[in-house]
Amino acid sequence: MGELADLITRYHVLLAFWMTVRLTTISALGALIIGTIVAVCRVSPVGVLRWFGAAYVNVIRNTPLTLIVFFFAFGVLNTLSISLADPHSPTSIADNNFRWGVVALSVYHASFVAESLRSGVNTVPLGQAEAARAIGLSFVPSLTEVILPQAFRGAIAPLGNTLVALTKNSTVVSTIGVAEIAYQMKNMIEFSPHLLYAIFLLVAICFVVLTLPVGAFFTYLSRRVAVQR
Amino acid sequence: MSAPTTLLFDEPGPRARTRHLIVTVAAVVVLLVLLGLVIKGLANPRNSQLTAAKWTPFLQGSTWADYLLPGLLSTLKAAGLSIVLSVVGGVLLGIGRLSTNRVLSAICGVFVEFFRSVPVLVMMLFAYYFALYVLHLADNQPFFGVVVGLVFYNSSVIAELIRSGVGSLPGGQREAGLAIGLSEGQAMWLILLPQAVTAMLPSLVSQLVVVLKDTALGYIIGYYDLVRGGQTFATNYGNLIPTMLVMAAMFIVINYTLSRVAQALERSLQRRGRVGGPPADQLIDNPAEAAKAGAS
Amino acid sequence: MRTTNKVAAAAATSLLAISLAACASDNSAGGDDSNSITIGIKFDQPGIGQQVGSDYKGFDVDVANYVAKALGYDKVTFKESPSAQRETLLQSGQVKMVIASYSITDERKQKVSFAGPYLIAGQDLLVRADDNSITGPDSLNGKKLCSVTGSTSAATVKEKFADKVQLQEYDTYSKCVDPIINGTLDAMTTDNTILAGYAAQEQYKGKLKVVGKPFTEENYGIGIKKGDTELCNKIDDALDKMVDDGSWQKALDNNFGPADFKPDASKNPPKHIPCT
Repeated sequence: MGELADLITRYHVLLAFWMTVRLTTISALGALIIGTIVAVCRVSPVGVLRWFGAAYVNVIRNTPLTLIVFFFAFGVLNTLSISLADPHSPTSIADNNFRWGVVALSVYHASFVAESLRSGVNTVPLGQAEAARAIGLSFVPSLTEVILPQAFRGAIAPLGNTLVALTKNSTVVSTIGVAEIAYQMKNMIEFSPHLLYAIFLLVAICFVVLTLPVGAFFTYLSRRVAVQR
Repeated sequence: MSAPTTLLFDEPGPRARTRHLIVTVAAVVVLLVLLGLVIKGLANPRNSQLTAAKWTPFLQGSTWADYLLPGLLSTLKAAGLSIVLSVVGGVLLGIGRLSTNRVLSAICGVFVEFFRSVPVLVMMLFAYYFALYVLHLADNQPFFGVVVGLVFYNSSVIAELIRSGVGSLPGGQREAGLAIGLSEGQAMWLILLPQAVTAMLPSLVSQLVVVLKDTALGYIIGYYDLVRGGQTFATNYGNLIPTMLVMAAMFIVINYTLSRVAQALERSLQRRGRVGGPPADQLIDNPAEAAKAGAS
Repeated sequence: MRTTNKVAAAAATSLLAISLAACASDNSAGGDDSNSITIGIKFDQPGIGQQVGSDYKGFDVDVANYVAKALGYDKVTFKESPSAQRETLLQSGQVKMVIASYSITDERKQKVSFAGPYLIAGQDLLVRADDNSITGPDSLNGKKLCSVTGSTSAATVKEKFADKVQLQEYDTYSKCVDPIINGTLDAMTTDNTILAGYAAQEQYKGKLKVVGKPFTEENYGIGIKKGDTELCNKIDDALDKMVDDGSWQKALDNNFGPADFKPDASKNPPKHIPCT
C-alpha cells in the first residue's frame, strides 16, 4: 500500500485526475456548442448548410478519435503553426497540447451531440412545428423558441451517454503528451510492473467515480424533464 | 424519420429565397476561404506538404502491399475477432443479468457496469501489460491487449443491448412459451433470444463501426494496425500528414459502408414487421440503445 | 427470417475463419528451417533499423546480416522488436538475437545476456541546420525539446542541464522531426545514432544537424538468451571479423554518411565485454 501511495505522489495522480476532469468539462461545453450549430445546419432550409451538417457528422463520426487528435496536433499545431498559447510562455507546449486536445475532443463529440439533438428533434410532434409556423414564426424563432427547448429535453439521455463516452475518450489525448490519467497509468506500470493490478484498479475506480454518477444523474434528469405528451 | 425536419419551415417565398441565396453564398465563401487557408498553409515552403514527393509514394504498389493493406488486415482481424467474442460474451452476460438467480444477475450487473465505465484504452493497457508481465505470452502481446480490451467493453455493451432487446418483447411471448410446457431457460433460448438477436442485428453492425475505430487505439500498445503501418511508412518519406489523410479516408469509406449496411438491415427488418429496436420515444428509458450515440 | 439467419451465420463463420486463418499464419513466423534465423530489429528507425517496402535497411540490419552469415545461417527473418518487448522476445525464444539499438545495462543483464558491444553511442541533440543557438544540453533553457513517452532521455536533460526547457513527448521520434524543421519545436534528444539516421534521410538532407556533443554513453549490444555463452563468443568473433575486414566501417558510412556523422572515434569500434 505504501508503495502505491509513493507512486501516486511520484506520478501526480491527483493532478492527472484533475486534468481528466478539466479536459472533460471544457470539451463537453465545446462539443455542445459545435454540436448544436451542426444540428441546426442539418435541419435548416438552406441546402448548403444541410449538406455541411450531414458531411460533418458522416466524416467525423467515422474517423477514429486517435486520427482526429493527430490532425489537430500534427496538422494544425505543428504544420499550419496555429498556436493557441503564447509561444514565448514557459508553458506554451503544455498549454497548446491541452487546448488542441480539447478542440479535438469537442470536434469529435460534436458529431454525437448533433445526432442526439436530431433524435431529440424527432421526438417533437409535428403539430409543434406547424403551430409555430401558424402563429407566424419563421425558421429561426420557431427553432429557438419552440423546437430546440423540447428537443434538448428529449435528447438528455443520449447527451448524457455522450458525456460519459467523452469522459472515457479523454484518455486518447495522452498520445500527444497531455498528462492525464491514462498517460500516468502507462508510466506507473512501466516503473512498477509488480503493482499492475493495484494501478489498474486505481485508474478504473477513478473512471467509475467519474462516469457512474453522471450516467445516473442524466437518467434521472431525462425522466424528470421529459415532455409530458 | 426526416419528415418532421422538413416541416420546420414553409415553402420559401421570394424574400426567403433571396435570404437563402445570401446564406448559401456566404456559407460557400466561408468554407472555400477556410479550405484555401489550409491549402496555403500546407503548401508553404516551410511545410511543403503538397509536393509530389510526399504524395507519389501512394501510387507505388509497395506502399499498399507492405504497409497499408497488412495494417488494414490486422485492424480487420482484431476487430472481427473482437466482435465475435463480444457477441458470445455479451449474450452470456445479458442472459446472466436477466436470470432469475439473484446472485448470478448481480454479478453480471456489476461486471457490465464496471467494464462500461472503464475506458477501452485503459483496459487495453492493462491487458497488454498483463500479457507481458503476468502471462509472459511469447508473442502477439499487443494483439492480445487489443482484443481483450475491446471484448470486455463491447461484451458489456452487447449485454445491455440483449437485455433491452428481450425487455422490449411483449410479455406474452414468454408466457406462451411457458404455457406450452417450456422451462424458463428454454423459453429464453428458443423464444426470446432469437427474436432479441434478430432485432439487435442493425445495432450489432453499428457496434462494429465502434470496434473498428477503437482498434486504432491498439497502435498505442504497439499493435501493427493500419495507423501504425501508416506511421512506419510515413517515416520513410516524411509524409505523416498525407498518410494521415489517406488513412482517415480508408476508415471513413469502410465505416460509412458499414453504417449504410446497418441502416439497410434495419429497414428490411422493419418491412418484415419486426421492430429493429424500441420506438424512438423509448430511447429515454433505454440507455443501451442510446449509448450507441455516444460510444467512441 | 430464415435468410437473415443464414446471412448472419455465414457472416459469423467467415469472420471466425478469417481470424483463425490469420492467427495460424502468425505462428509460422518462428521459422522451422534449420538454416534460417529470426532476429529482432527496429522497423521504424531510419539509419538503424527501418522497413523499406518488403526489405529492411540500417546499421543494425547490416550487423544482423553479417553476424548471421558468419554463424552459418543463409536466411534471415526479421521481426519487429519494440523496446518494451525485447526481453520477452528473447526469453520466449521468438528471436535468437535482438539487434535494436539495445543498450547494455545491469538491469537488462539480469534477464538476458549481451554480446558486443558493436557500437558506442551517446545521447545528443538534433536541431535545425541553421540554428547555432543550441550548442549542447546546457543551452536549452527556454527552448522546446522533443522526445518520446516513457524515455528517460528528456527527463535527464531537464534534471541535469536545463531546468527551464519545455518538454514535448510523442510516441515516436518521427513525429518530432517536422515541427523542428518548421520551427514549432527546437530540438530532439536521444542517442546520436538515431538522430543521425533522421538527419541522413533523403527528404531531410541539409535541414537538420546533430549537435555532436554526446553527454551519455550507450553501449549497443546484441541481446541473446541469458547464459548462452557459446553463442555470445561466436557473435563476438563475428563482430571482430566485421571490424577487421572493413565491413563495419562500410556499414557506418552507408547508413550515416549523408548526415556527416561519426561516432566518437576514441571509443569506436568498441572492444567487447567478455561473455559470462
